[in-house]
Amino acid sequence: MTAAPQKTRPGPAPIDVIVRDIIPLNGLVTRFEFARADGGAFPPFSGGAHTVIEMQDGDITRRNPYSLMSDPADNSHYAISVRRDDAGRGGSLFMHNKVKIGDKMRLTYPVNLFALDLRAKKQLFIAGGIGITPFLAQIKQLAKTGGNWELHYSVRSRDVASYVDELTAHYPHQTHIYYDEEKNFIKLDDLLSGQPLGTHLYICGPKGMIEWVHDTAGKMGWPEQNVHSEEFKAPDPGKPFSVTLSQSGKTIQVGETQSLLEAIEAEGIDAPFSCRAGACGQCETAVSQCDGTLIHNDHWLEDDEKAAKTKIMPCVSRFEGKTLVIDR
Amino acid sequence: MTINFNKETFRGDYSFHNSEWAIKRFPFPFHQDSYMYSVNMEQHSGGPADSVFENRFDVDEHYVAEMEDRAMVLDEDPLRCQSLPHMTLAGWDLLELIMVSKSEDYPDLFQLHRDGDKWRWVNKPLGIDDSFTFLDETTLPYGPMEYITRQTQGDFCVLDQRNDNLWMDAGMVTTQADWSLDFDIGMNFFEWHAPVPLAHEMGIFQRALKFLLSVKQGAPARRLNWTMTVNPLLDTSPENYHKWGVQKTTLTPKNIGKKQHLRVELQSFFRLPRSNGLVFPIRCYLIAFEDLVTVPKWGRRLHRVVRDLPVELATYKGFIDNRPMMLDYLSQYDDGLPTSPGVFPDLETEPPLAK
Amino acid sequence: MSKFQFPDSIKSRPVYGTLAPRAGASHLFVADAEGAEAILDVAKQDPSMMARAHIIYIPKATGTSFEDKLAALKPAQLYIGPSYAAAVPRLRRVLADMQMNTQVYLAGTEGLMGQAQNEAMDAGIPHEFIQTEHRGSVGRRMQCVHCKGITEDVMTDPFECSHCGLNLFVRDHYSRRLAAFQGVCVDAEDPGNVPEKVELYT
Repeated sequence: MTAAPQKTRPGPAPIDVIVRDIIPLNGLVTRFEFARADGGAFPPFSGGAHTVIEMQDGDITRRNPYSLMSDPADNSHYAISVRRDDAGRGGSLFMHNKVKIGDKMRLTYPVNLFALDLRAKKQLFIAGGIGITPFLAQIKQLAKTGGNWELHYSVRSRDVASYVDELTAHYPHQTHIYYDEEKNFIKLDDLLSGQPLGTHLYICGPKGMIEWVHDTAGKMGWPEQNVHSEEFKAPDPGKPFSVTLSQSGKTIQVGETQSLLEAIEAEGIDAPFSCRAGACGQCETAVSQCDGTLIHNDHWLEDDEKAAKTKIMPCVSRFEGKTLVIDR
Repeated sequence: MTINFNKETFRGDYSFHNSEWAIKRFPFPFHQDSYMYSVNMEQHSGGPADSVFENRFDVDEHYVAEMEDRAMVLDEDPLRCQSLPHMTLAGWDLLELIMVSKSEDYPDLFQLHRDGDKWRWVNKPLGIDDSFTFLDETTLPYGPMEYITRQTQGDFCVLDQRNDNLWMDAGMVTTQADWSLDFDIGMNFFEWHAPVPLAHEMGIFQRALKFLLSVKQGAPARRLNWTMTVNPLLDTSPENYHKWGVQKTTLTPKNIGKKQHLRVELQSFFRLPRSNGLVFPIRCYLIAFEDLVTVPKWGRRLHRVVRDLPVELATYKGFIDNRPMMLDYLSQYDDGLPTSPGVFPDLETEPPLAK
Repeated sequence: MSKFQFPDSIKSRPVYGTLAPRAGASHLFVADAEGAEAILDVAKQDPSMMARAHIIYIPKATGTSFEDKLAALKPAQLYIGPSYAAAVPRLRRVLADMQMNTQVYLAGTEGLMGQAQNEAMDAGIPHEFIQTEHRGSVGRRMQCVHCKGITEDVMTDPFECSHCGLNLFVRDHYSRRLAAFQGVCVDAEDPGNVPEKVELYT
């Protein structure tokens, strides 16, 4: 237990925005620019950060993460670039086909899982296709502070070379472009030998490219602490589920955007809690019946406790299956 | 809101004192009659009106005197404030965070005027009115972290987040419970906590780190920590331990009520946006035993906590030798009656001392 | 010579390993005294790495015992220096030109390894990537938390600060940045009552 536990989410409320501009760059990629619905300034962020866009596609609520490519110092708008993926789950198609200027959407506050190491003596960027987006924000940030950086950007062809003109015009000495169709590829072994000590390497692009660079760097003797890649963790809103509270016998619904703890509290029940983020152990609840899968998202329970299905941390964990009965 | 700022000292004649208001809002850290380490984080998003939890950076009657003491500590030892070169951006993030928070939460005391990157900061209690350019160190008399923390109560650890760990790469540390910034700067989360007994084996730090790595901009967290200090000495540093350590031996049954202080740290954790760092403010509150026991529930509970605290913790917190004398004093304020759960005084429901 | 087994300790106390050959374009070795044995051991595992190795070696009390053996490895460069302090300018110059795929190997006393590690870190190598192996003396570099002075080769607990003269007890709390353990006044609460000196690790 704690001193003055607050029933708030471990994260700020999303930002209401309006689509202020839509700029198709080429056949595959379109840039979307957002202004705040309340006309205010966006929060500052660090280059490499992403936001999660919430889109209403009829009945389906989609949440897709996109790197922020706008200048971190420009709080008048946020910008993302979306590559149309005809074979994907539908988020990029929704953005390309259904979103219009003036539409209302919601964005989360920026979160950065691909931050620059500010101690680096040199930042070396390797981008593949739409993976250029986080580097666009980082480059604008470094340009202001005179940081030492270099970009190696691989695109399929000149038709889908998003932002190449802008980059080569503003930063001709640091920018190197490679066109797959012209059999023009990054010479990785050459690139990774001869870099000064204190160089940090960042990769953003298709999974295969990321693995190739990590492997090559490792074999050549680069420390893994100096090699960074973006790993987009798809946000976990989870599916709705029902749960029976054994002390009252009531069965309640836990909504898509609601945590199990919040659903219990919405019933007027004061369950113990503290951090509301899966780390402190205060909300630990006994499971008396579990016919299905417990989705453990916490850092509290040990592995064997998670496997035994006898405990759950309602502030972050969920359930999928037929029946769940917990001791509340 | 009007606060009457005390004229008081935290050294020499130790004229520090708490008003009735300060006593009632003291952050008593024990929610039950015993204590053990836990990952006692909560969301730092307000609290009971007028409590220390209500605002992002609490300002109280000790503000001016604490800042004067800080300035003296820094004159004697500039190594108490250090910032590794890559942490200047985080220092600007912290400056913005404190200026925005305090000007919003205490508009009668602090004002922030911003026109693009041209800022003007007014600090009425300290008589400061400074105009400067945000992100341009040449327009401030100190680096941004030092500038703003010379005007904010509590210590500040500014942490870099790298490789799934937190690194103490900058800080202003003048009110610490016996640890050295100069020694610890550059260490990671597990390393700077290395001397704490028992907690590592309990898995406390692994879980706390996972929580802290995911603290987000706009959604800070907080927790309480505590120790004991003889005399209201803020600067209980290892650097000066050879001077203040002997004060622990000056306790007598007659003076212990006045001299023995419970020392509570209100720690908070804020994500810093431009640097992606994390700031860890450690705000120190002191209360003399004789003031603490005027709240019957606290008198009862503190006796029980101190009596039953494991030897390793009492030793690590530096009061093992004085524990018997503390218990002799505190037992006078423990009538054995039950105490309500939670930290607050509950004066309406907790009965006065029945002895 | 057998390696000293350090007892388990707190999380800030460094733990040393065993040098092993690692892929890299060049290899930098810094060692003192019996640390030479660790270099000889790793060279046995991959003699070919020596063609791209630069060895900086400070014999200290071992005199010339290891010089010939190190030379026989035929490293690309071999420097035998009178002290670590004298070797620092050379070490910095070598690190300044090094590239990302350089491996660094440190062997010998904790004091030498800690200080050389700092030079490599300042040059941009993450500390986790620098290999270390302890050999020889278990004497510690100690920082007096009061006067900030460093006392070298401390073998007893307590000991006297070689700068300000205070009697200090030895902590296991270690600062990578200072390459030293922390020494704190042992008789602050009872001035004059200094415990008998006990040799470290007994």
